[in-house]
This record gives sequence, structure tokens and C-alpha cells, in this order.
Amino acid sequence: MADMKLEKYKMPEQEPETRNRNFKEVALGYTEELAVSEAERCLECKHRPCVKGCPVNVDIPGFIRKIKEGRFDEAYGVIALTNSLPAVCGRVCPQETQCEELCVRAIKGEAVGIGRLERFAADYHMAHTEEFGSEAMEGQTALKGRVAVVGAGPAGLTCAGDMAKMGYNVTVFEAFHEPGGVLTYGIPEFRLPKEIVKKEISLMEKLGVEVRVNMVIGKILTIDELLAEYDAVFIGTGAGLPRFMEIPGENLNGVYSANEFLTRINLMKAYKWPDFDTPVKIGKNVAVVGGGNVAMDAARSAKRLGAENVYIIYRRGEEELPARLEEIHHAKEEGIIFKLLNNPVSIKGDEKGNVTAIECIRMGLGEPDSSGRRRPVPIKGSEFEIPMETVIVAIGQTPNPLIKDTTQNLATASWGGITVNEETMATNIEGVYAGGDIVTGAATVILAMGAGKKAAAAMDEYIRSKQTV
Amino acid sequence: MYRILEKKILNESVQQMKIEAPLIAAKAKPGQFIILRIDDKGERIPLTIAGYDRKEGTITIIFQMVGKTTKHLGTLEEGEFIKDFVGPLGKASELEGYKSACVIGGGLGTAIAFPQAKELHEQGADVDIIAGFRNKDLIILEKEMKENASNVYITTDDGSNGTKGFVTDILKELLKKKTYDVVIAIGPLVMMKFVSMITREAGIKTIVSMNSVMVDGTGMCGGCRLTVGGETKFACVDGPDFDGHLVDFDEAIMRSTRYKEEEEHSCRLGGYTNG
Repeated sequence: MADMKLEKYKMPEQEPETRNRNFKEVALGYTEELAVSEAERCLECKHRPCVKGCPVNVDIPGFIRKIKEGRFDEAYGVIALTNSLPAVCGRVCPQETQCEELCVRAIKGEAVGIGRLERFAADYHMAHTEEFGSEAMEGQTALKGRVAVVGAGPAGLTCAGDMAKMGYNVTVFEAFHEPGGVLTYGIPEFRLPKEIVKKEISLMEKLGVEVRVNMVIGKILTIDELLAEYDAVFIGTGAGLPRFMEIPGENLNGVYSANEFLTRINLMKAYKWPDFDTPVKIGKNVAVVGGGNVAMDAARSAKRLGAENVYIIYRRGEEELPARLEEIHHAKEEGIIFKLLNNPVSIKGDEKGNVTAIECIRMGLGEPDSSGRRRPVPIKGSEFEIPMETVIVAIGQTPNPLIKDTTQNLATASWGGITVNEETMATNIEGVYAGGDIVTGAATVILAMGAGKKAAAAMDEYIRSKQTV
Repeated sequence: MYRILEKKILNESVQQMKIEAPLIAAKAKPGQFIILRIDDKGERIPLTIAGYDRKEGTITIIFQMVGKTTKHLGTLEEGEFIKDFVGPLGKASELEGYKSACVIGGGLGTAIAFPQAKELHEQGADVDIIAGFRNKDLIILEKEMKENASNVYITTDDGSNGTKGFVTDILKELLKKKTYDVVIAIGPLVMMKFVSMITREAGIKTIVSMNSVMVDGTGMCGGCRLTVGGETKFACVDGPDFDGHLVDFDEAIMRSTRYKEEEEHSCRLGGYTNG
């Protein structure tokens, strides 16, 4: 008989007033007892609605049953069959709009904590890898062909993991000195410890995936050159270019793109300066412009670096905030100040070029726009200034044009994304596939993973069809 | 890991290194740059490619020991390794079609400007080089420059060698008698600013190389942004070469001072004291 408790079992967390001063992980994960209790809430529905909500089709009732039975490593094995990055997904997937949204238990009360359980199984596996070995992840030995993956982020790693499991020899090219993409440079340590990302990638390397860092494809090698060496190429280069507001004062010292701010902190470990060499400056007052997950990450990082007042400045209202509810909730708990319905109009600086204030205008909400959200409208004459030392612009990213600019005839959309066949993720160039933010524009980790997975299946079919001819 | 094959001390604060990086060497062109990180705790710094040898598979860098990373780099010896070395980044310089050029280098900028002068000279252009240094002990590449230019003018701030004064003094004198298809100026921001002011008046196309603060070098961080002709550009992907008449140098000078305090702090901690 299932546990009919209406709420999820709470996952232990660091207290807000403690955690907003450190970069350690906020959520501490279920204990074995809590995991089994939460698993007992699953009804194991025959029609498995949750699985339909998962972009990588994890057998959710299947792995939860294993947890109920106390077979934690087998639970991991079930997840790993279709998901190459379980410890990551358990932490950063927006389950509330995917698997958990479709959970029957959510009709009355809270959904089963699928994400928490996934995280538990993955962490359990990582903690016991030595004990169990990694035979569940061993790749096949007969190699079917060679595949190049460009970009070691969620899309590329998933594609690489799936191809390796199918028996291909896979090389992943990464521009930075560490793989992981947004998992490494973007999402902060306190949400996704980098040790976890490293372990996920090392599990993948055990499958035979080779990761080559410091390789900026488009510069050091072109897609055409890769095609000459490999049977197929997957492009998962992400949406890496920061958008700016194009308002006066944006080039003052103290204005960061969220990308730069987070990369300095997460990849370059600026929060450990001067032990690490890369600095980051923060000041007492920090404004983060934008309302998405990246904005929340930047604001919470700024607080941890010692800023006294950290503001989220967003032009729409609370309901329109695109960030996950959990992130907004965590940010508020940690003392982030939400200045909603405010839009920056200029940034003020002193004679040395340092930021001194941000000027905003109050906004009202008008009719719904094309996104279905009510359009923000400036209220005339309502401008005001807030003293500020740092402004972080987190209003979105656009695709990196490096590949587009160096690959002749690659079909792209006007906004710079690569155009693909949505069924196969194939581009207009034979043997070249693409997926993730480079195709969709900035989206979620799991959607990128879903695309990498879809592409891997199509690439396998393509390579096999060529070999039988 | 990238091996240091050769190290030369050019003067008390400037060194030249040949790094084994065959894939980068195969693609490198004048005007492009690399980003390096010495070790796991290091920062990523951009350095312009001062030379490359496709056959040997090497990239030559020339650097001035001014910050923590460059001072640390200067302590490394032949046979030792640099952890990360990425490139070739940025757009290559467009040097085709010029019949006459004045290439101006300031201090370390001379090392970056020299390959461009050489390339133009080899293409048959009439090349004058003006190279400015603080004093005679800091002069680099004098012989190489003389072999690759019609005229070489050296200035020192203190008059200890060549003409006492600035590169701009020489440029003004030269422009009284002749003109050029292009002026290429590489050096401190202030130097590039004043060269550009002079050539704007004279109506001579001027190319400058912007070596801004950056993290990734692929367009991702936006830290290297500058205003060119009223538009925001990224030095890493739109440059590093820009039209000197359009660059907002005052803004670039202001942005270049962003991490000065941290740099000095790190240098003291690192025991690198002569900065």
C-alpha cells in the first residue's frame, strides 16, 4: 500500500542565513530512509504519465520501485539506461513542469519527488562506484564508427554518452579548459557541485568517450575538417553570447554580463580569489537585471560574495518571472530583494568610470503580448535611481556564431540558431546534426539532453545506413 | 599540456617563448591571439600571436611581465609546460593590397606589430616602422625590424637611444613629407589614441589592435566589449583589429583599469614584486 502522505518528504537543506555566506550545496539530498519513504508515495501507475513528461524517457516508476526495494544501485542502473547525466538532472531539471507535473499524486497534494529520488539514486551510485564497479555503464567493444561532438555541454555529453553506449568511438571537442558547458561555467556550485559534474563526465569517459579540451571548433578545426575524419558530427555549442540592454552606461566598470560574472565564479573559481588568480568585484549593492534562472544564480552568487543588498530588477511582475519557483523561493529566503515591474533606463558612473547607480522606470502591465504574458508598459515620469556598485545583465543569450561563420552553407535562422529537421536533429549538411540551445535558443538542460539523445539515435541510423550500402 | 620549447629574454621585463601547439600553428594568421592558463588555479589571459611555424608546429608569444600571470610565466623554463593554450582566436589582420604602410609599435606592442610589418614588407609594400620604448634597455627586435622595412625610427622617452620623444612626434614629421595607404598602430591605448588622432586629420586609414580584458575569448563573456563607431563590439570575435578612427579610446582606457587593485594584490601575494 502506497504512502498517501500529501506532501513530499522534505529534503534537508542548509539554513538560509548560513548558506547565503557559502558556496556549498543548498539542498543536502535524501537519506536512505527518506528516499524509501518518498518512493513509497509512488502509485506505480500502469499508464505511467510521468514518463511522457521526461525528455529522455527515464523509466520513472521502474527506478522508484527499485528504491522502494532498497536496491539503490539498480535504481541508478534503470535511470542510466536512458539518461547520461542523472546526478545533474536530479538537481537542475524543472521537474515541476515535466515528469512531476503529470504525476497522478499531484492531482491532490504534491507530486512524488521524482527529481529528489533521481538525485538520491545517482549520488548513491557515485558514492559506491568502487563497490559496484561500473559494469552497468560499460560500452560495447566492437566499434561501429567514429563520431565527433562539438561542445561538452548537456546536449553534446548526452549525444556522446548514447553514441558510446551504442558502440561508437566518440570524441568530444570543448572550447574551455574543462568540459560541462553550462553545467561547469554557468550553474553555481551551490546548486550543482562541480565535483558531481566531474564524476558524471568521468563515468562517461569510462564508456570510452574522449574529451578534448581547449578546442575551439571553427577556429582550430572546421566542421568540414571533422567530417573528413568522422562518420558524423553533432553540434551542441549552446547559446553562449550574452545579450546586453543597449542603454547608456552599460560599458561602465562594474557592469557584467551574467555569463562573465558566473564564468569568473564557477569556472575560474573567483570566489576563492586570491588562492585562484581570477578576480571578481562585487561592492555593497548589486543589481541583477532579468528574472530567469540565470538571474537567480547571479543574485545568489553575489550575496555569497558578500554583497549587502542584492536586487533582482525585472520589468514584469511576480507571476511572469521565468525562473523556477524553487529558485525564486530560495533567492527570497536568502535575502535577495525583488524589484519587480521596474526596467533599467540607464546606468550612472563616476569620473573614473565606475558604476554608482542604476536608473529605473516603473512599469505597468498592459495587454498580453505574443508570449501570452502581459506586456510591461513604462509609467511616464516614474524614473528613480538606486545606488549601485555592480550591475549584472541577465536578460538572455544568443547562439555563438563561430560555427555558423566558418561552415559554408550551414542553414541557420535569422536569429543565428542552426536549422534542423526536428525529428532527427539533422542539419542541411549530410552527416551533421545539431541540438540544444544552438537550435532552440536558450532553454533548459534537459531539453538540450533530449535533443542530444534524439540526434544520437538518428546518427546511429545514418551511419548504419551508409555502411550497408 | 603545452611544452615550452624555447625561451629568450628580450629585455628585463619582456620574454619570448616558443610553445609546441601544432594544431594552432597550422591555422594561425597575423593579428590573431591565443589564451593561456598556466595551471589549475591560473587565470586565462590573451596574448597576441607574435609568430608561428607550421612545419615546426610552434606558436611564438612575446609578453611583458606586468601582472601575476605574466610574471609567473616568466619564471617557467624551456621544457616546462603550460596547462592550457587555446587558439587561434579573433580575426586575422587584413593586410592585402597596401603599397605603403607605416607600422607603429609601442613597447611590447612592437612585438605584435613586427609580424605585420614583415608580412607587408614581404608582399612588396614600402614599410616604415616607428617603434617607441621607455629607454634603450627596453628596445626589442631592432635588427629584425631593420631587415624588414625601408626605414626604422626608434624613439625613447628619455633619449637614451634614437630620438628622444614619442612615436607620434616621428609620425607627425614623416607626414609632413609623405603619406601612407595605411597606418598600423599597436601599443598602449594612449599611444593608439594619439596616433589615430593624427592620422584622422591626415585622412589615413588606421588599424589598431585592442587587447582587452577577457575570459573565454570566444564571445561568451562580453568582458572585452568596446565602443566602435557608436556600436558595442567584442574585441575577441569582432577584432582584435579595429578602425582606429572609430574606437572610443577613452572608454577603453577606463575599462582597462578595472582589475588594477586585484592585480597588484595578487602580485604581492605571489611574491612578484618588480611591477
